[in-house]
Amino acid sequence: MPTRASRHIVQNEPLLFEVSSPGKQGCQLPPLDVPAVELAGARAEVPDFPEISELEVIRHFTRLSTWNYGVDTGLYPLGSCTMKYNPRINEAVTRLEGLGDGHPLQSAALARGALRIMDLLAQYLLEITGMEAITLQPAAGAQGELTGILLVREALAARGDARRKVLIPDSAHGTNPATAAIAGYQVENLKSNAAGTVDMASLEKQMTGEVAALMLTNPNTLGIFEQDIHRIADLVHERGGMLYMDGANMNALVGRSRPGDFGVDVMHLNLHKTFSTPHGGGGPGAGPVAVKRELEPYLPIPALTRRNGEPALDYDRPRSIGRVRAFYGNFGMFTRALAYIMANGCDGLKQTTEDAVLNANYLRKKLEGAYALPYPTPSMHEVVFSDAAQAPHGVRTGDVAKRLIDYGFHPYTVSFPLVVRGAMMIEPTESASQAEMDEFVEAMLAIAEEAKTQPELVTGAPHTTKIGRLDEVAAARQPRLRWQPSR
Amino acid sequence: MLDDLGLDSVDALFRHIPEYCRLTRPLDIPKGKSEAEILDFFRAAARDNAPGFTSFLGAGAYQHYRPVHIDTLVSRGEWFTAYTPYQPEISQGTLQSIFEFQTMICQLTGQEVANAGVYDGSTALLEACMMAARVTGRDGLVVARSVHPQYREVLRTLTRSREFPIAEVGYLPSGRLDLDGLRAAVSASTAAVAVQSPNFFGTIEDWEQAAAIAHAAGALLVAVIADPVSLGLLPAPAAADIVAMELQGFGIPVGFGGPYAGILACRETFVRSLPGRLVGEARDAEGRRGFVLTLATREQHIRREKATSNICTNQALCALMASIFMATYGKQGLRELAQQNLAKAAYAAAACRGAGLEVLFPAPRFHEFVVKPRRAPAELEAACARERLIPGLPLGRYYPELEGALLVCATEIIPRAELDRLAAALAA
Repeated sequence: MPTRASRHIVQNEPLLFEVSSPGKQGCQLPPLDVPAVELAGARAEVPDFPEISELEVIRHFTRLSTWNYGVDTGLYPLGSCTMKYNPRINEAVTRLEGLGDGHPLQSAALARGALRIMDLLAQYLLEITGMEAITLQPAAGAQGELTGILLVREALAARGDARRKVLIPDSAHGTNPATAAIAGYQVENLKSNAAGTVDMASLEKQMTGEVAALMLTNPNTLGIFEQDIHRIADLVHERGGMLYMDGANMNALVGRSRPGDFGVDVMHLNLHKTFSTPHGGGGPGAGPVAVKRELEPYLPIPALTRRNGEPALDYDRPRSIGRVRAFYGNFGMFTRALAYIMANGCDGLKQTTEDAVLNANYLRKKLEGAYALPYPTPSMHEVVFSDAAQAPHGVRTGDVAKRLIDYGFHPYTVSFPLVVRGAMMIEPTESASQAEMDEFVEAMLAIAEEAKTQPELVTGAPHTTKIGRLDEVAAARQPRLRWQPSR
Repeated sequence: MLDDLGLDSVDALFRHIPEYCRLTRPLDIPKGKSEAEILDFFRAAARDNAPGFTSFLGAGAYQHYRPVHIDTLVSRGEWFTAYTPYQPEISQGTLQSIFEFQTMICQLTGQEVANAGVYDGSTALLEACMMAARVTGRDGLVVARSVHPQYREVLRTLTRSREFPIAEVGYLPSGRLDLDGLRAAVSASTAAVAVQSPNFFGTIEDWEQAAAIAHAAGALLVAVIADPVSLGLLPAPAAADIVAMELQGFGIPVGFGGPYAGILACRETFVRSLPGRLVGEARDAEGRRGFVLTLATREQHIRREKATSNICTNQALCALMASIFMATYGKQGLRELAQQNLAKAAYAAAACRGAGLEVLFPAPRFHEFVVKPRRAPAELEAACARERLIPGLPLGRYYPELEGALLVCATEIIPRAELDRLAAALAA
């Protein structure tokens, strides 16, 4: 069978608390050079807190790491998450003395380097998006969405036209409706058409004077470019609303198309997707929000500005929505994203987009006989199949995903977007080589065959991992969310 | 590959994009640079960012020693190039480490459950208050003015659209929360009382008194903690209903303000109202122990507009740094670390008093204190910068009544001689 996986020593490793023994410590403090002080009412100790040596700490976290799969391990085609290579230069520049240990409350005169980095990144992101002003402050995509929707709310209130609804296509990320609800809006679902894009007739009907914004992902989560984007934008604007673009899929557009040029009023970027900052096992990310001029006065404070040609922070923005995060956001992601943009340059950024789209289309072509393609519309940076051809054999998208693990690959995104029953959302990114994709294709084709001939092999997968499928239902019914000493 | 697709050029892949959407010129960004050139750019920027200065800044971003193996470990690609552990069979490293993290946070805070993170301390306060509103069915928020001013700004920004009424309660000349003021501010519509300890001035608050007042009104106490190192010595906020804590002090780089990590910890009864990821223990068919993301029905990818929060990407790698830090210092080390911080700040405050300066707020404090330097802040800052010293944070911007006063933080990394140098600079 075509596989990248083979057997290897896998160390077992107990919990920290189970390897702990009294009196051990993993580091030593220098002797205290000032008189010790007693604090009345101090706690005696932190009960059951770990006590282990430095080597034990290193072995513990090294062993645990070997149970993970990362981009560095192999192809990670997790659709919508853009698991591209995370360059090491990004890490090196972020840890330089002065940046890695710079304090956010240093006065501007002592933070000219950090301000220059933020200013240059902002400038590049504006050029890439075609927007007119930007804040880097939001800590992640979802916080960027909330910031963006709050900006819309302020701008509409300033027009004297406060509204109560936000329209969201059924293919959208879950964060979009959650964000709109938190911002105090009523969420209205917008159905997709047979091509997987916005249904203009529905939009025509639903885009009323009550709608503050349409939150659109473009390309959408099916990996499809919204061909009617201009008509969509015009309609939203004619009816007095604003067009919010979820920039999660900006990696399909960089250097090829700019949201600012096709009618978007406000959008966020995910630096951890398009701009190669690492996903870190779940984060951190960063979610800059770029806007058109009308929304600029409402951007969070401090706003980036220039004084006498020098980058500076502006706290005097009376119409600002205020702060959305302490300090300036995830600065360490700004350094990484800027290093990525500098390394690629205008030519590399464009080629990156082209390679990402080419790779997705290559996988689409190679897999479309074996897996059902619910939308024939051209694909951009990712392709969504369904398990319709496997389901009659009792094999679902989640099973194929688990079986991919046996072949040595991280699975695609399972069961999303929700508009496709049994969705398999595949995003190779530009980082995948043809050879690696060919191995992935072979594995997928082999699994499609297994689904017909020995479906139980697939539904029982994975067979090669440290543990088998875990009973998630039981785990949720009686949650055990922490270790407890057995006394 | 183009041949496989039957295409003549890569442009064909973009032909379906309407013409008016196509960018027909190159981006106005310089051509790609080599690693050496990129390093040069960032090194020059770093040189303009006060490297090697002795800094007495704290105020929510604390300089503690970071054992070198934190970066050694988190730089393993298996940690930092993975994503959210949606596939538990190949994510047990991340999942087990989060389970351990949740456990250590519970041990430190005296709470029953802890989530696997929100963005930072400021957003932790916001999420805690929104959670308190869900739990109590009320919307009033009462917040101590001695909670980090930027945390309060974030709370105001992100609750504005929902019109949560926010009342603020002042501090006493001791530096502590005005408990009578708090008693007067809470009512039958109060969802949460938010108190920080050590508070923004470094003063240690009494959780039990604050909890008693909140609970008497049927409100929840949200305990805000800006430096987790304080928990090595200070009593656990077990009396609080929700703990909103910034973890940066646990081995996460100061890094010009982020990325950091926040957490929420609470009683088990509130767990279904808790936002953010949670990891639980599970078994496979052969009875082997493993860990999974659990109770996902609270989250946006399942519940969409009915979710407890819109949070998706969290701060897992920062939480991992904190876990390694906690495991490394351990039970004894964390206590000793906290004691050193306490002693350094006490020495620095005494040195300032010895130099004839007024140190405000006499109540017991941890590693920060407020002092009135002789010179105006701008003049002092400029003079100190010439001596590669950053003396602290001028408080006038955040507290007009404290114009001219400085918030000083002295952690374990500052040698005694530098503490003396600070006192001399402030007294000059």
